[in-house]
Amino acid sequence: MIRVNELTKDYGSRRALHGLTFEAQQGEVVGFLGPNGAGKTTTMRILTSYMPPTSGEAIVAGYDVVSESLEVRKRVGYLPETVPLYTDMVVFDYLKFMADLRHLPDAEERVGETLEMVGMVDRANGYIGSLSKGMRQRIGLAQALIHRPEVLILDEPTIGLDPSQVVEIRNLIREIGKERTVLLSTHILSEAQQVCDRVIIINKGNIVVEDTPENLQAHLVGAERVVLRVRGEVDDLAVKVGKIKGVQNAKSNPDGTLEFQFLPAQDVRPQVARAVVESGYDLLEMRPLGLSLEEIFLELTKEEQPAKKKKAHS
Amino acid sequence: MRNIWIIAKREYDHYFISPVAYVVAFSILLVLGIIFALVIYTSAQNVFYGSVPDISPVTGSFAFLLVLTTPALTMRLLADENRMGTMELMLTAPVRDSELVIGKWLGGVLFVLTVIGITLIFPIILNSLVSPGIDQGAMITSYLALILVAASFLAIGVGISALFTNQVAAFFVTMITLVTLWWLMGFPADYIQAGSEFFRYLDLQSHFYSLGQGKIILSDVIYFLSLIAVGLFTGTMAVETRRWR
Ligand SMILES: Nc1ncnc2c1ncn2[C@@H]1O[C@H](COP(=O)(O)OP(=O)(O)O)[C@@H](O)[C@H]1O
Ligand SMILES: [Mg+2]
Repeated sequence: MIRVNELTKDYGSRRALHGLTFEAQQGEVVGFLGPNGAGKTTTMRILTSYMPPTSGEAIVAGYDVVSESLEVRKRVGYLPETVPLYTDMVVFDYLKFMADLRHLPDAEERVGETLEMVGMVDRANGYIGSLSKGMRQRIGLAQALIHRPEVLILDEPTIGLDPSQVVEIRNLIREIGKERTVLLSTHILSEAQQVCDRVIIINKGNIVVEDTPENLQAHLVGAERVVLRVRGEVDDLAVKVGKIKGVQNAKSNPDGTLEFQFLPAQDVRPQVARAVVESGYDLLEMRPLGLSLEEIFLELTKEEQPAKKKKAHS
Repeated sequence: MRNIWIIAKREYDHYFISPVAYVVAFSILLVLGIIFALVIYTSAQNVFYGSVPDISPVTGSFAFLLVLTTPALTMRLLADENRMGTMELMLTAPVRDSELVIGKWLGGVLFVLTVIGITLIFPIILNSLVSPGIDQGAMITSYLALILVAASFLAIGVGISALFTNQVAAFFVTMITLVTLWWLMGFPADYIQAGSEFFRYLDLQSHFYSLGQGKIILSDVIYFLSLIAVGLFTGTMAVETRRWR
């Protein structure tokens, strides 16, 4: 479990975090989503007791990250953004070292099991320096998992991996997330969408929005959006279409098209088509304009002024 | 305690895959071997005049060689963790900052103790060559002084290594510090009236040779223990401030 309250962090005079507040429960995979420089790594470093916050409070696995930092560190597995590996060590020895630091009684077996989890058993006796990027990432993950932590914090765990490796790691994270609390950061939306139960979008040190990936997509901006192309003036038509029950945000665009939204549960496209034709217009085209999470994200994070934290759907 | 040991063991093992450590150990043993041969050669001549050969040329040279080699043994200890990003791993593992620094230091101490252990063959040979044997008291305190010098140098090296991300920078700063302690403290003591006592106390060589006479002198031991404490404290502080940046 992670509970964060009004967390701020200043680097010198620059404020990197502006009072973050959020929670993550056991059995939940929470995605921390934001562009570079949003403050993801900073937050994670505070949650893992790497550095103290400037103000605010963070409770991880039941302990305060500042005053009970050793207790937190015992219970957290952390994969930093730059995977921390001793390249001149043998894979097995490295994991054994980490297991020893965690005072695991059955360190050697644990290393074996963990290597199996990340699919690296056959490289146990190789030097870390000889491993590919994807393999190193998996050894980094193994290190974070070695003590079966209550809370797992992963900073961009799939960055630099090739697509098949990404799929493997994502499956592994989802599996782990069933019993533990997982907080992972990413700047890839589809990743958050696939792996996370809940997504927290953060930009410039502020939480912009927080919701399930489905809700974000369905309710935020990306409710089914449709564009209509007709022959003739569309201004009047927009008003007319807007009056149809179930149609939302009907408007005419500068390029002479008309667009509206509807909730997936209430497909109003037939009614709209009929209304267009009955009003004497020629309907040339009607196509869906589903906003991807990418666009939602750009939409949410492009404003200069930090948006107040809000629920995506109201 | 356990964490210190785990970290020390990893560092100790690391020396045995490190070319730098092999070069250091080999050069020390080579130079000391030559010096020892000279000791035997001159002793053989002096035995006529009734003088007892002693081992201090070996321990004295060893201490001097440590001035030159310790920086190479300590430069990477914490600087490399800073460079490789593994410091983030250590600082988020359930290990105190002081345990990390002491563990690194202890790893270096164990390595140098291993080399010192090998050189024990010199006094043993010497002892068997002369009939009443060598002055064992002087031999024991010489080695104690040597161990204290090594431990102090390593602590200073670890402390300085913690301040840097670049090994080479750590190497040179450590070297300058050790050279200053070994040679240069005598100069201000000789030329500056005010505080000459203070500089004389800081002069490392005088404590080293004073201890090597055969008696354990508390103030000398305290001097070295203080150096160790200062080195390890500097290291711990440096690691801690890294968290605040
Ligand atoms: N050690 C540091 N010193 C100064 N500024 C930093 C430091 N680390 C991060 N920052 C700044 O804090 C902001 C957030 O960075 P970071 O947490 O790394 O973002 P993210 O991980 O989301 O890319 C950025 O503006 C970055 O430049
Ligand atoms: Mg980052």
